[in-house]
Amino acid sequence: MISTPSAPVNPLALIAELTHRCPLHCVYCSNPLELKNRANELTTETWARVFEEAGQAGVLQADLTGGEPLARTDIVELIRAARSAGLYVNLITSGLPLDEGRLDALIAAGLDHLQLSFQGAREEIAAEISGTKSHAQKLRVLEWLKSRRIAVTLNFVIHRRNIDQLAEMLALAESSSATRVEFANVQYYGWAFANRERLLPTRAQLDRSIETLKSAQQRLRGKIRVEYVVPDYYAKYPKPCMGGWGRKLMLVTPTGDALPCHAAQIIPGLHFENVKDRGLREIWETSAAFQKFRGEAWMQEPCRTCDRREQDFGGCRCQALLLAGDASATDPVCSLAPTRGKVNAIIAAANNTPPTESVKPDWLYRPNPA
Amino acid sequence: MTPDLQSHPRLAPGCRLGENNQQRVLLMPERALRLNGPSLEIVQRCDGKHTVQQIIGELQQIYSKAEPKKVETDILDYLARLHDQRALDFA
Repeated sequence: MISTPSAPVNPLALIAELTHRCPLHCVYCSNPLELKNRANELTTETWARVFEEAGQAGVLQADLTGGEPLARTDIVELIRAARSAGLYVNLITSGLPLDEGRLDALIAAGLDHLQLSFQGAREEIAAEISGTKSHAQKLRVLEWLKSRRIAVTLNFVIHRRNIDQLAEMLALAESSSATRVEFANVQYYGWAFANRERLLPTRAQLDRSIETLKSAQQRLRGKIRVEYVVPDYYAKYPKPCMGGWGRKLMLVTPTGDALPCHAAQIIPGLHFENVKDRGLREIWETSAAFQKFRGEAWMQEPCRTCDRREQDFGGCRCQALLLAGDASATDPVCSLAPTRGKVNAIIAAANNTPPTESVKPDWLYRPNPA
Repeated sequence: MTPDLQSHPRLAPGCRLGENNQQRVLLMPERALRLNGPSLEIVQRCDGKHTVQQIIGELQQIYSKAEPKKVETDILDYLARLHDQRALDFA
């Protein structure tokens, strides 16, 4: 008999996708292609109970995200509920539906950390990527934050169209009160997968960017923590996606489904429990979806006997499905994967077409659900 | 950097003490550091009131069996590390 892998004691962080509604239409949005409407969103009371259960289960941090979490009119109550449940409260926002009064209310309710997302360092590229005019408002938010005692992270999602503008992005971070700046290369799921060939940087762009970011890390040491994520298509080994399936993180969708990662719903045959029906700890420990890729029993070769299997856990299950057609396969970005050839072909195509700043690509924009 | 002995270390905005399964932790953006024994004693004194010198003095008393110079070096290293992680400001 094959034993069931035991669940890690508790998730460390709860990613609370409060809504899919968002005034931005970013071409790499991590939300699923099928967006949920407001009418189906969890109520304030249910979220408050989920936060309470998370605190009791030993979760340390809550990431309030979306869509745009500020699109929830009850956001102040939700922050208060998460904080009083003992959680460290992060808000991941575009800063769009915000004014100074509302910002003060969020902080008074117990917000610990505000992560402001940027689509670039200039209005033009930000508007192209988000399909809306939002950059000037973000700059206003940065000004308001300077006089308030709260941790601030700037998050730049980077890709072929803006990866050559890192110096300007760093300058923006340095002129702000941020103690942390994140440069996250796009990861290719959902909307980003649909726009992939327009987003994937070239090898030369990537090499230049890493050089810039490494030197910025040195220069800004003690002032701003500079963190970055490279696109795993260019990596030799896969990323330990979400720190391993069902090992560290739990995500709850706007309608209450509990997932091991943002994209898990694309994997056929998985049934996800809903927080309206069952408690968070019970879902973590016993849900078949969380059990599915825990441990090593599900692994194929070369993962099954690989020395790195406890470091990267075979990489990303969703990427295995998207690129190899099998969620149990070795992540195709791994240089040891039998399907690595597919990734090489994608990279080769990206490098055969040099980036042209003047020609705006034919983007597929995400809509704003009702 | 080496912290100035007369400066007052204080947890940076968005950094605070928390607890999880009886384990004290320092919570900060996107991470949490476990605090045990000396690290907890140090962080609890990073309140903007104690000077670095005072923190060293108090810990040398608590850990009176340890070599005082070693206690000082360890504290300075630890404070510098927290500062690099942007968990501390020195006023």
